[in-house]
Amino acid sequence: MSAAETMSIFSPALAARFDALVQKYPLRRSALVPMLLYAQDEIGYVSDAVIEEVARRVGITPLDVRGVATYYSMLRFKPAGRYNLQVCTNISCMLRGGYDIFDHLQERLGIGHKGVTADGVFSLEEVECIGACCWAPAMQVNYDFHDELTNAKVDEILTDYKAKAAQGGR
Amino acid sequence: MPRLVSHPDEVKIVTKRFGQGAANIDRYVELGGYESARKCLAQGPEFIINEMKASGLRGRGGAGFPTGLKWSFVPKVSAKPKYVLVNGDESEPGTCKDHLIFLYDPHSIIEGTIIAGLAIGSKMGFIYLRGEYRYLIEIMEKAVADAYMKGYLGKGIFGSDQEFQVVVQTGAGAYEVGEESALMESLEGKRGVPRIKPPFPAVVGLYGGPTVINNAETIATVPHIFAMGAAAYAAVGSERNGGTRLFGISGHVERPGVYELPMGFNLKKMIYEVAGGIRGGRTLKAVVPGGSSTPVLRPDEIDIGMDFDQVGKAGSMLGSGGVVVLDDQTCIVEFALRTISFYQHESCGWCIPCREGTDWLKKSLTRFHAGFGKAKDIDNIQYLAENMMGRTFCPLGDAAAMPTLGFVKKFRKEFEDHLDGKPCPFAKHVDVALV
Repeated sequence: MSAAETMSIFSPALAARFDALVQKYPLRRSALVPMLLYAQDEIGYVSDAVIEEVARRVGITPLDVRGVATYYSMLRFKPAGRYNLQVCTNISCMLRGGYDIFDHLQERLGIGHKGVTADGVFSLEEVECIGACCWAPAMQVNYDFHDELTNAKVDEILTDYKAKAAQGGR
Repeated sequence: MPRLVSHPDEVKIVTKRFGQGAANIDRYVELGGYESARKCLAQGPEFIINEMKASGLRGRGGAGFPTGLKWSFVPKVSAKPKYVLVNGDESEPGTCKDHLIFLYDPHSIIEGTIIAGLAIGSKMGFIYLRGEYRYLIEIMEKAVADAYMKGYLGKGIFGSDQEFQVVVQTGAGAYEVGEESALMESLEGKRGVPRIKPPFPAVVGLYGGPTVINNAETIATVPHIFAMGAAAYAAVGSERNGGTRLFGISGHVERPGVYELPMGFNLKKMIYEVAGGIRGGRTLKAVVPGGSSTPVLRPDEIDIGMDFDQVGKAGSMLGSGGVVVLDDQTCIVEFALRTISFYQHESCGWCIPCREGTDWLKKSLTRFHAGFGKAKDIDNIQYLAENMMGRTFCPLGDAAAMPTLGFVKKFRKEFEDHLDGKPCPFAKHVDVALV
């Protein structure tokens, strides 16, 4: 095992994913954006260590990586809650109550845009269109879509995720 | 899970396999899948491009450029490898059609990509999906793996001596990456800022090689054209607008959903019959006909056929086919503010007229909607928007300016009703927290 591998913050599965991914492209750097997202999925956010490691693996400077990472809205530089609630308030959702859903969640969780609950279970984000316009209002919890939302439905969703969190699940 | 809708006026071509388990490769083949790719492989590039031209298919991403013509621009001989790039970054507010294609018919995307590759002499295709569509990316990845297993992708596709590789790529959140040159930048591992044109991607594209970039719906349509014949496909649509379109009707209608209707289908009928009319028996105030970047239409302007030419003649654009319907309780100033807030958030900052223009428009409209507007602001908003038009590398600047101009010009009275500290007549608020 090389020094780079022993010092890796990537799990073996993530490292393997990276190795497989770079093989696919004519240019190694094409793996950059996907790898930042996959690393965030595993580690929770794009930490300095993630930036260092991705830079080393891709073969570019950490500054290059940071320059790219800051462009993409899904990449974050501090931890979110275990369940990141992303509420769409763009036009189609707004017309069908997207802001009411966002306000309701702010009240229920006691946090605002990009806030994290004290127990770290939930974070909340107001996001731009997530491509669920015909099933509005909609939100994503991590990568899962929840659509045709009402306040009552949102409460049920929160209860479900709380139960999951209590069981230590993701 | 997105709800599928149906209406007797629909002509199901692209959506005909939806809800039939076609994400499974064997089921897809059972339903006639991959026959078109085989046919195209046997017939060769010239046949493919001629048929595509005859089909009248125009780009479903929004610009409406004839697909066959686009493919014909790729040089036959190239020192650098050629690429096919499928744009599944679907991010235009009001648009969720590709979402359903990835979910219910992923192999149609792969098959269309293979055909595009055969047409231009490419050995490699990329299918780029927005990062938020993770569950759809997983469906696409599974479909691609299955196609490799069957020998439909890889070296010697369908038992021939031709090679075609497909890679599924995830984005990480960026509307701008839906613009074709920014899409290539992103795929090359960079910030998604646009490139100047010319050179056009057909000549200098991905990794510097000639590249065809098509919207996911365009690509998913391709196999159907070869299955039913170009002439039959063209006959479904209106003049110079072949085939069908996946119209996503959202907002204040009784039955929102993605409906596949012939090109040229009447917009009024689409809203009042197909989508069941205005929700709760209210009356119509306005329609955004093709995604948030297309200028708004008043109720007296919607008796038009929904194709690229007719909507263009009506002063708007068919765009992405996302029809957003606004009822009489909607505040146009609030709606305009939410629209410009989106473009301000998504402007990549590369071109100053767009970066500064969207920001000032957002500031002006925020102040306006808060009741602190001045009469001259209305003209200022218009002036700002007009000065963004055509002054940027990519169409995002126009996409922000065009709808703003539409709102101000067509609903000026609503802006005036917000003047002199008068509260919003609809007593709503937008507190845009996005940063």
